[in-house]
Amino acid sequence: MTTTLPAYDEVVARYEPVIGLETHVELGTNTKMFCGCPTDFGGAPNTRVCPVCLGLPGSLPVANRAAVEATIRIGLALNCSIAQWCRFARKNYYYPDMPKNYQISQYDEPLCVDGYLDVEVNGEPVRISIERVHMEEDTGKTLHVGGATGRIHGATESLVDYNRAGIPLVEIVTKPIPGAGAMAPEVARAYVTELRDVLRSLGVSDVRMEEGSLRCDVNTSLNLPGEQWGTRTETKNVNSLRSVERAVRSEMIRQASVLAAGGRITQETRHFHEDTGETTSGRSKETATDYRYFPEPDLVPIAPDPTWVAELKAALPELPRLHRRRLQQEWGLSDLDMQSILNAGAVELIEATIAAGTTPTAARKWWLGELSRRANETGVELADIGATPAQVAELQGLVDAGKLTDKLARTVLEHVVAGEGSPAKIMADRNLEVVSDTGALTAAVDEAIAANSAIADKVRGGKVAAAGALVGAVMKTTRGQADAKTVRELILERLGVQG
Amino acid sequence: MAAISREEVAHLARLSRLAVTEEELATLAGQLDVILQAVAQVGEVTAADIPPTSHSVPLTNVLRDDVVASCLTPQEALSGAPDAAEQRFRVPRILDEDVAS
Repeated sequence: MTTTLPAYDEVVARYEPVIGLETHVELGTNTKMFCGCPTDFGGAPNTRVCPVCLGLPGSLPVANRAAVEATIRIGLALNCSIAQWCRFARKNYYYPDMPKNYQISQYDEPLCVDGYLDVEVNGEPVRISIERVHMEEDTGKTLHVGGATGRIHGATESLVDYNRAGIPLVEIVTKPIPGAGAMAPEVARAYVTELRDVLRSLGVSDVRMEEGSLRCDVNTSLNLPGEQWGTRTETKNVNSLRSVERAVRSEMIRQASVLAAGGRITQETRHFHEDTGETTSGRSKETATDYRYFPEPDLVPIAPDPTWVAELKAALPELPRLHRRRLQQEWGLSDLDMQSILNAGAVELIEATIAAGTTPTAARKWWLGELSRRANETGVELADIGATPAQVAELQGLVDAGKLTDKLARTVLEHVVAGEGSPAKIMADRNLEVVSDTGALTAAVDEAIAANSAIADKVRGGKVAAAGALVGAVMKTTRGQADAKTVRELILERLGVQG
Repeated sequence: MAAISREEVAHLARLSRLAVTEEELATLAGQLDVILQAVAQVGEVTAADIPPTSHSVPLTNVLRDDVVASCLTPQEALSGAPDAAEQRFRVPRILDEDVAS
């Protein structure tokens, strides 16, 4: 497109967005949804397959109790009603990522329905309505060969690995979210962030967007105020929290540009590109796929015992929002301070750092200061910066023990982030420890006094302020690895002057 | 009235990736219609107190414990495949050039 895109401000001044999110979560069960194959990430191709997940004739699926339980717990955490009776359904399609030519999913009878998730956007509460939470199975991985780019377009053949086929997936679908206005991108991000935190607190998934265990499709449409909702597009390939926000924003801008030029929005799938932050057209829904859903005859219905559901509900962990509120009190933080921790995605990191033996103030200082700055500069999530809470706690321990000054600690931290190991090891390897051994320090002080006898005499004569030059000389010979205050005291002591 | 139209049969054939000639369409639509009409007769005796049945056995909650079982070896898994490469199932081109837009 050659036309210039409108500014975001103009877009939201003219149009109202409606967004919706579909999130897929790979459950962290030991085995697949319908067979006993292990679910570990990676592995040589086709080493975690069996007659069931390969769809061989005569094999029969049996649902994984732990996966059903995890789905119910997710539903309960999202304030859903749990169906008293529901079935699996076959979603029929011809694509080799499923060897059966269908995916076992749920269609008109999801296990959990009608819930909500409260999120906060810039300190304001926003309630996101949840339409459904249902169970299904993941697909295999397809490698496209023969094309120039490894993409499906232009490929002459494809190679399929079914290790991932059949891994339990839970799909969580929101109701359409109108009324977010200019905040729509932030609302989308806040929802996925909160959802991720909820899923993590439940311990049902490792929720790593980069590895694909949490995947998000974003629906976006625009309409003029007072008019019907517009045609929506579905953006896939959104692989980070930051991308969720960027994908909504860029799709709003693109749609506004099409509409403003008198064009129509095509209902289609679009792909988000991490590098450009833009979406491109995928398959059009106009040649719409017709999945011919029907009840899965090989699996009997699921009818969760109400007692079991009640037990699961009673055993839910403290949910992230309440947990955060408690932490804020324990750490004695203002709303604003807590908000900056939330915005930086640092709550759990700080919590873990404190658990490893650091004060809230010190933990907050490192994660919101040095580490957040680096994360912003390099465009990675804070959790993936390369330093762990244990390492940060260890670093602060070295500062508290007087082995590192604040400045030295920042240098050590840089090497921690670079993957050189623990702070103590780096301090030793790179010889960064504060020179506190009095013998070495005294020698350095004596040397400085001898080399600057004129200044030393001034100090002896009562001009205590002149000692600064001697301190500087000592700091120079110790390469900044001495504590300036200690050095000053030592100099005055050697010169027989009271500080 | 026919229970299934020629267009519906054509649509199903397309979904199933079956190449069906015009002649076959006419034959199949007729045959499928007879079958569906016969099944529809069963529907006529359905009483209001009998819910639609998808499963012939009155069972629910047949679940398995989350315990790892043995898998096939890659050699076994691929032994029935028409083609394989790099320890993966090898399949023909998925998208035709003209729809790859």
